[in-house]
Amino acid sequence: MRVRTTAAMASLVLLTGCGAADMTKQASPFANAQGAKAVTLSVQSWVGAQANVAVAQYLLEHKLGYRVDTVQVDEVPAWDALSQGRVDAILEDWGHPDQEKRYVDDKKTITRAGGLGVTGHIGWYVPTYLVKQHPDITDWKNLDKYSSLFRTAESGNKGQLMDGSPSYVTNDKALVTNLKLDYQVVFAGSEAAQITQMKQFAKEKKPFLTYWYAPQWLFKKVPMTEVKLPAYKEGCDADAAKVACAYPHTPLQKYLNTDFAKKGGKAAAFLKKFRWTTEDQNEVSLMIADQKLSPADAAKKWVDNHPSTWKAWLS
Amino acid sequence: MATVTAPAPRLALPGVLRHRAAHKLLLLALAAAILVPLADAHWSSGSWPHALTVDLSGPLGRANDWIIDNRDSSPLFLYFFGYISNAVVLSVRAVYLVLLAAGWAGVTAFGALVAWRVAGVRLAIGTGVAFLACGLLGMWVPTMQTLALMVVAVLTSVVVGALLGLAGGLSARADRALRPVLDTMQVLPAFAYLLPVVLVFGIGVPAAVLATVVYAAPPMARLTALGLRDADPEVLEAVESLGATGRQRLLTARIPLARKQLLLGLNQTIMMALSMAVIASVIGAGGLGDRVYQALASVDVGAALAAGIPIVLLAVVLDRVTAAAGEQAEEPSGEQGTGLRPWLYALGATVAVAVAVRLAGALDWPSGWTLDIAEPVNRVVDWMTAHLYSGVPYLGGTADWAGHFTTWVLDPVRDGLQWLPWWSVLLIVAALAWVIGTWRTALTAVLAMAAIGVLGVWEPSLDTLSQVLAAVAVTLVLGFATGIAAARSDRFERALRPVLDVCQTMPQFVYLIPVVALFGVGRAPAVAAAVVYALPAVVRITTQGLRQVDPAALESARSLGATSTQQLRQIQLPLARPALLLAVNQGVVLVLAVVIIGGLVGGGALGYDAVFGLAQGDLATGLVAGAAIVCLGLMLDRVTQPTERRTKKGA
Repeated sequence: MRVRTTAAMASLVLLTGCGAADMTKQASPFANAQGAKAVTLSVQSWVGAQANVAVAQYLLEHKLGYRVDTVQVDEVPAWDALSQGRVDAILEDWGHPDQEKRYVDDKKTITRAGGLGVTGHIGWYVPTYLVKQHPDITDWKNLDKYSSLFRTAESGNKGQLMDGSPSYVTNDKALVTNLKLDYQVVFAGSEAAQITQMKQFAKEKKPFLTYWYAPQWLFKKVPMTEVKLPAYKEGCDADAAKVACAYPHTPLQKYLNTDFAKKGGKAAAFLKKFRWTTEDQNEVSLMIADQKLSPADAAKKWVDNHPSTWKAWLS
Repeated sequence: MATVTAPAPRLALPGVLRHRAAHKLLLLALAAAILVPLADAHWSSGSWPHALTVDLSGPLGRANDWIIDNRDSSPLFLYFFGYISNAVVLSVRAVYLVLLAAGWAGVTAFGALVAWRVAGVRLAIGTGVAFLACGLLGMWVPTMQTLALMVVAVLTSVVVGALLGLAGGLSARADRALRPVLDTMQVLPAFAYLLPVVLVFGIGVPAAVLATVVYAAPPMARLTALGLRDADPEVLEAVESLGATGRQRLLTARIPLARKQLLLGLNQTIMMALSMAVIASVIGAGGLGDRVYQALASVDVGAALAAGIPIVLLAVVLDRVTAAAGEQAEEPSGEQGTGLRPWLYALGATVAVAVAVRLAGALDWPSGWTLDIAEPVNRVVDWMTAHLYSGVPYLGGTADWAGHFTTWVLDPVRDGLQWLPWWSVLLIVAALAWVIGTWRTALTAVLAMAAIGVLGVWEPSLDTLSQVLAAVAVTLVLGFATGIAAARSDRFERALRPVLDVCQTMPQFVYLIPVVALFGVGRAPAVAAAVVYALPAVVRITTQGLRQVDPAALESARSLGATSTQQLRQIQLPLARPALLLAVNQGVVLVLAVVIIGGLVGGGALGYDAVFGLAQGDLATGLVAGAAIVCLGLMLDRVTQPTERRTKKGA
């Protein structure tokens, strides 16, 4: 059997011209179909990431003459794809120290491309209409007093703390245990499910407590207030099981495939300079998610209204 | 999956068997009386004992790291996986470029002409309209990407499946060895092996194609083996007497005789491959699946539906055309031109259309010719959820039902299962499987259940099991009722058919948001999604089973003056028992296939773990959850599967 496999492998090698197949050089079969210069961007499942990509794509296509492919991948697999050159850039990363060490510092297959200009923050939120009724609900110490308000069929006789997609960074289970709260973490399983549920609650002005993050377009539709957790200090979240503090504020980062960063020409230079504000991102996100504009239309609208911002990225 | 047509043989339950069942139970009780006190004294009861678990996170984590560190340098990757990956990329690209070069008119003409040759004028028109609808929805390019992917994946699956089937059909030993492998390939949730495939091949098309092949090859293998083994012995003898060699016998007699099964295998493979199109988009396969998945991110049901409809259309067209080809193979009338000439005409016509459109400069789908369905669909969904979610007079809203279902059904079942001592769960499984099957099936079922404990996911697995049981119960109640109604009224059955087609082929991601909007986040929407997916198969099998009941038996009952309810209860249902059991079995297997989707809407347990594994690149969590789902599937399959059927299991 072994001999046969070797023989089969040898003939395969002969057939394909003796070369090693480079696993790091494999673009999508759909790329470059019409023979244009192409860039592949990774999109994560939240709308903010879609907004970054939509604007970058619009400018790359209409001002720089590239053809852009987008691939939707979760964050950690996206790092892997970036290192292999399957995608050329991640435009919004929320901090993955393990991945940074492996790919940026050790293997050097991924290069830092500076900040996005947006600062991200994860936290626990309650709808603002609820705060109006119970102003002291925004401190974690008072959460237990109100746990009966947040009961659902899923959480049984505890209060429900709703968490979202499994791809998100979360310490919530440890937080509930370590802060000794009378709550049950219920995982919605995807951001789509979580948003749908939040909208349903808001429509009926029902109380809810949820893991959520800013910047996010939903705040414009469902105003929410953050619940104060014990303050974040550098390193207080080092041990995942013992976390008892709030989430940090993270300046979001961009990353490029190293080869692309060196040889990507105008596209790489442009992506390095791409830097906008939270308000800009939210403007585009809201057009996509709430007004149901296609990402391309939303990007066009923003680009038409903010020439001074993006002209600096192209220079 | 669209048509589970494996005929179930009659199963009688004479008194002897009931005696045997009692014997088996008695024997089991005796064994339990000896073993349980021992086990109880040693590890105590309650949940699965910690001493009997194996933690796989260490080795799996190391395997994960090894692959990432060696992917760019190890010869295994450079000279083996790399070539596979390149071959997939090149072939998909080749097909895609051909499709683009043919333009929308060329592809539509070609599809319609092939359908016309294979299945007649009506399906040809249907095919043409389906392709045009894909363009009209603004999905032409993604449809072509999906089609390119499908062509390569289906061809590979057919080759792989046929080779495995050939081995299984010619050698009984190979068949026995293959069966558990094929079972595992089918029960294993796609999400569980997406992760290892992605680690090896990276995000993108190669991983997607290979994952699809793993999922879609088994029916081809099974039906090929079945066809080869079932070949008419008289014909074979005749061929043998003519002095044909083994290879000649295979090529001239056995394979042509198995043509009908081969075509059914092709049909099933295409259906399975298409159902993977969306799941594969999670690992960057592109095409229609990616559009559905991206639409989800902005909670846009309308846009998801616009990309989902082409998938349904492709599935229905391919199903009907391949099924028609299978029926023609059954009755080889021979008079309709089997020569090459009609095909050449068809090809010529395609090229003519493609060239004409190219000259006219309209190769791409004209951008003005699109229909925006997203907006009206979203309005309908908004209306539905606004008016049905809660506060419906007398009935209560869907959210209230979901809450009651969770509190009154899901919670007690889950808590009950988790409260049971671990050994008693094993005993129940053993008793059920043994009474219905043989000691072998019982052993498989018990070992599968024990493996779950050993993997250290006892509690979440029982949580998942409780959801599966609840979903199966709902599916069976609804499915049997609908099936009985359909068996009694031709008109109802005809009206039902397109609905069932849509339920079965619509990507589950599309109804994820409506399900949450109606039932809230949690286990109830997970059950609802599973019911939608599993219901069509149960309805179909029930209808078919009832309709196949011997007309003579019915006639005699009618002449004795039995009312229609009496006929149903005393004649039809008992005689259709094997079909009903098959429906139960299929219901279980299909419900389990949606566990992952349950994880995406708050079902938690194993479904969530499998999704978590993929999203976080965590091989240990994902693979262990996947393995546990496989074990649950094996256990449930054995427990619901009478022995007599196993020998004839088709797809």
